[in-house]
Amino acid sequence: MALKAVRTSARFPDLSRVPAVDEVGVNERVARFQSRSIKKASKVEALKLVLSMIDLTTLEGQDTPGKVHQLCQKAIHLHDAMPGLPHVAAVCVYPTMVSVAKEALAGHDINIASVATAFPSGMSSLSVKLDDTRMAVAAGATEIDMVISRGAFLAGDLSYVFDEIMAVKEACGDAHLKVILETGELGTLDRVRKASVLAMHAGADFIKTSTGKIEPAATMQVTLVMLQAISDFYRHTGKMIGMKPAGGISTAKLAVHYLVMLRETLGNAWMTPEWFRFGASSLANDVLMQLMKQSTGVYQSADYFSKD
Amino acid sequence: MSAKKNRRIAVAKTYKIYIGGKFPRTESGRYFTLEDKQGNVIANLCRSSRKDFRNAVVAARKAQPGWAKASAYLRGQILYRTAEMLEGRREQFVAELVLQASTQRAAEQEVDLSIDRLIYFAGWTDKYQQVFSAVNPVNSSHFNFSVLEPTGVVSMLVPDSSSLLGLISNVAPAIAGGNTCIALASESKPLCAVSFAEVLHAADVPGGVVNILTGFRSELTEFFASHMDVNAVIYCDGGKAVAKTVQELAANNIKRVIARSRMDWSGDAENPYLIRDTQEVKTTWHPIGN
Amino acid sequence: MATPEYKLAFDGGWEYDPAPESTDHISVRKRYGLFINGEFVAPEKGRYFDTINPANEEKLSRVADASEADVDKAVRAAREAYRTTWGRMKPAERGKYIYRIARIMQERSREFSVIESLDGGKPIRESRDVDIPLAAAHFFYYAGWADKLEYAFPGRSAKPLGVAGQIIPWNFPLLMAAWKIAPALACGNTVVLKPAETTPLTALKLAEVIAEAGLPPGVVNIVTGAGKTGAALVQHPGIDKIAFTGSTNVGRIIQKALAGTNKKYTLELGGKAANIIFADAAIDQAVEGIVNAIFFNQGHVCCAGSRLLVQESVADEVIAKLKDRMETLIVGDPLDKNTDIGAINSMMQLEKIQSYLKIGKAEGAEMHQSSCRLPKRGYWCRPTIFTGVSQSNRVVQEEIFGPVLAIQTFRHHDEAVMKANNTPYGLSGGIWTDKGAKIFKITQSLRAGVIWANTFNKFDPTSPFGGYKESGVGREGGLHGLDAYVKLGAQ
Repeated sequence: MALKAVRTSARFPDLSRVPAVDEVGVNERVARFQSRSIKKASKVEALKLVLSMIDLTTLEGQDTPGKVHQLCQKAIHLHDAMPGLPHVAAVCVYPTMVSVAKEALAGHDINIASVATAFPSGMSSLSVKLDDTRMAVAAGATEIDMVISRGAFLAGDLSYVFDEIMAVKEACGDAHLKVILETGELGTLDRVRKASVLAMHAGADFIKTSTGKIEPAATMQVTLVMLQAISDFYRHTGKMIGMKPAGGISTAKLAVHYLVMLRETLGNAWMTPEWFRFGASSLANDVLMQLMKQSTGVYQSADYFSKD
Repeated sequence: MSAKKNRRIAVAKTYKIYIGGKFPRTESGRYFTLEDKQGNVIANLCRSSRKDFRNAVVAARKAQPGWAKASAYLRGQILYRTAEMLEGRREQFVAELVLQASTQRAAEQEVDLSIDRLIYFAGWTDKYQQVFSAVNPVNSSHFNFSVLEPTGVVSMLVPDSSSLLGLISNVAPAIAGGNTCIALASESKPLCAVSFAEVLHAADVPGGVVNILTGFRSELTEFFASHMDVNAVIYCDGGKAVAKTVQELAANNIKRVIARSRMDWSGDAENPYLIRDTQEVKTTWHPIGN
Repeated sequence: MATPEYKLAFDGGWEYDPAPESTDHISVRKRYGLFINGEFVAPEKGRYFDTINPANEEKLSRVADASEADVDKAVRAAREAYRTTWGRMKPAERGKYIYRIARIMQERSREFSVIESLDGGKPIRESRDVDIPLAAAHFFYYAGWADKLEYAFPGRSAKPLGVAGQIIPWNFPLLMAAWKIAPALACGNTVVLKPAETTPLTALKLAEVIAEAGLPPGVVNIVTGAGKTGAALVQHPGIDKIAFTGSTNVGRIIQKALAGTNKKYTLELGGKAANIIFADAAIDQAVEGIVNAIFFNQGHVCCAGSRLLVQESVADEVIAKLKDRMETLIVGDPLDKNTDIGAINSMMQLEKIQSYLKIGKAEGAEMHQSSCRLPKRGYWCRPTIFTGVSQSNRVVQEEIFGPVLAIQTFRHHDEAVMKANNTPYGLSGGIWTDKGAKIFKITQSLRAGVIWANTFNKFDPTSPFGGYKESGVGREGGLHGLDAYVKLGAQ
């Protein structure tokens, strides 16, 4: 325990400096992003960028090697009928499916992300969570999506949450760490902001909104608050942190509005898969349909795009 | 074939009840018949049961928070739209009133007044707070203010004689103020209430905000007054016995009891106090300091 | 808080393609007469002037220049309508006419938005989302008051005044017309309205709506022209009330001109509002609030938050974030749906703003402008902030009426209040803090008619608006906005 206290004091952020968040103001700013009208070439560019930022995800109890294999095929072949498409950024699976994904994606420049740390609830001991993480990394995961202990956070034990993130980061080794705040369980935007600061100081490479298992999942509101936290962190440390909204983003239009928000909050340096991801499963096909519409001028039917 | 045999057969309307934005038949499967003076059947109506009422309360409760949160402007727009829809079906309502033994002139007058009454209360949605709320100059360093909030779910035993105007004069002020309601239509002249439900539906009044049942007052009054998830009850007819029953049963959960018997619906039912009847007053104390 | 060391970059990379609102659905006549007694009539002296699009300096239409004789004709028509129809109408029926205006404006809202942006230079996003819906909402709100006046003035009887002369500015042309006309009509008055000479078109379109709504002839008359037309209206003996929105200088002239007459008047004049940011504010939302306060409608807003007072401990942070946010503001074609800041309303106004930029620099202030590109034709001004200014500087004291913000710091709330109140104006103010008690404390101390807390530039038909001190007399909007259009007597 003594060790824990020392580690905490070293990097634990001064949370009294975290600015308050005004929900009404956040809503108004989001509405402003949503009023942006993205047309023509800028739309095509945005849609392709969205595709390249997708963490194509399957996180279900019923996942099988067959399902994961199919998902990986989709990741590689988004829609071969359309030339010039990027591939997605990563596939995101449970730790037990990492080896399947690794095999299926061999030779392709697609990351393998794995959830870990007793996803989605995070209700387990630190040692189990660390084992979970190491197992996924050992199996070939290049990115780890961990969940914070919301119970501890809500109970006020922020140093526990902080230490846990630090420990998982260490267990990740070279793998990138995405820290899921599960904003739908935090209740207020003030807590979202505070949890973001905590996670970044504890070593997160990315901060991520949601597991996708809790409603509401990602919203533009919570994402904006997290982007603003990233902005402050960068202004004062020079360190870029990535952002991943996950869950609930299923239309191209909404995804493009996320990009508008990203561009106008953090600037163009973040407009790459290296710094921004969408955790989504059905988003890709809607984006593909929109791209097809842009190139053919004809509204599309879902029947013509593979569902995997 | 004679010309008469070639005459087109009219499609008669089925009068149903209105719960949660849908038009079901009564769950009881029972009906009562409305006849004209000559004894011809005008329509078979739903003889709603206490279970229909229970379902209506569930629908009203579910709709209430959303409706109360809708902006005053939006509630006004929707009530105004309701008036527009009613104006568009003016002839239908006049005909229904005439079927139910009104003179043409009285029927027209009642429908016109009903439309104007909706407009009147549409105009109040964003004004009654300004008339009835207060900033209270308390003797301490506090900003103290009192605002009105809807009491919640209101059950209504609406007038039997003034079957359209009386209904609207009770429903409009309650929903203008953010309440949701369940109204028991006039028993002797139930047609306009059902048709008015269709108007509400067409005007995009959210489902559950207004629920309208037809049936026997003698069967349903006690449930309208006793239901524990109803916050206020309005009754408009009946003698002392009815009043006593309603008041006694309402006391179980301290319902607000609003008696509107012997009201002149054409003249005296146009005032904002009808809105205030189903409002609570909420006072907030807030410090003033650094 | 420490000064931020690292900067974000907003240039290059992904940009938005033009997304212009279409103009093929609007109709603007080549020439407009005066709307008098229910129809468009030619001006007595046959004079017309051009109204142009400030974004490209092209002519949109020619508009009649009303002379004294035209104004007289309009006032007589209004008097006649007051005497014979409008003044005697059942209040509820009056209300129904006003509701019709509101409804038609909603139906034709996009057309109004496009014309407003063409004629005045404001971004379509604002005309579409703010000006036009709010204008319609004002008619809705006051329509409802027509038959409810006894509840607005308990214990007194409210009677109409007669004929109201109304003079409106160019910054919110249709909205100001609605603010003026709606309560006047609801209370039973008839109206002669003079729109601003640079932005007459939506008022003339409103005349079409009024005709379409079937209002009796003469109830609303619209006379276009410049200062002379306005003066003729003010001085006309047949007017019972003057409602003016515009500069404090002209307001003073009007108040003097009305001295000794029995005419009632309301004046809504200039401002130099302080927007006060405390260290405990929600900083990111406050930065957005600063932007809305000063860059909304190119800063052509009488209640604009043109002075920023920021607590010293967060000043660097706030200014850094504000500069970043300014980089993302898009200046350009008002009809582009992505435009944040449109064209300056007129050449004259642009010259005035530019003269203040020179003054600010000459006074030793540090000027910063966003780096956006500007179109070649038309009247444009980049969003601008001045730091290092003090109370004694002209850019702090005088109303610029453009996208120009003067930034000062303060140490504690007494100093903030002192600086905020240290102006002849008193229209509005802003306060940003996470602490409720402080909001009420500051609000009580500010000498201004509208205070926005953790928001800015919000308007609603139910909410009264108007100034203290040299910012004006009387209130518009809400229950209190009725006062201006009634005389009260014993019941």
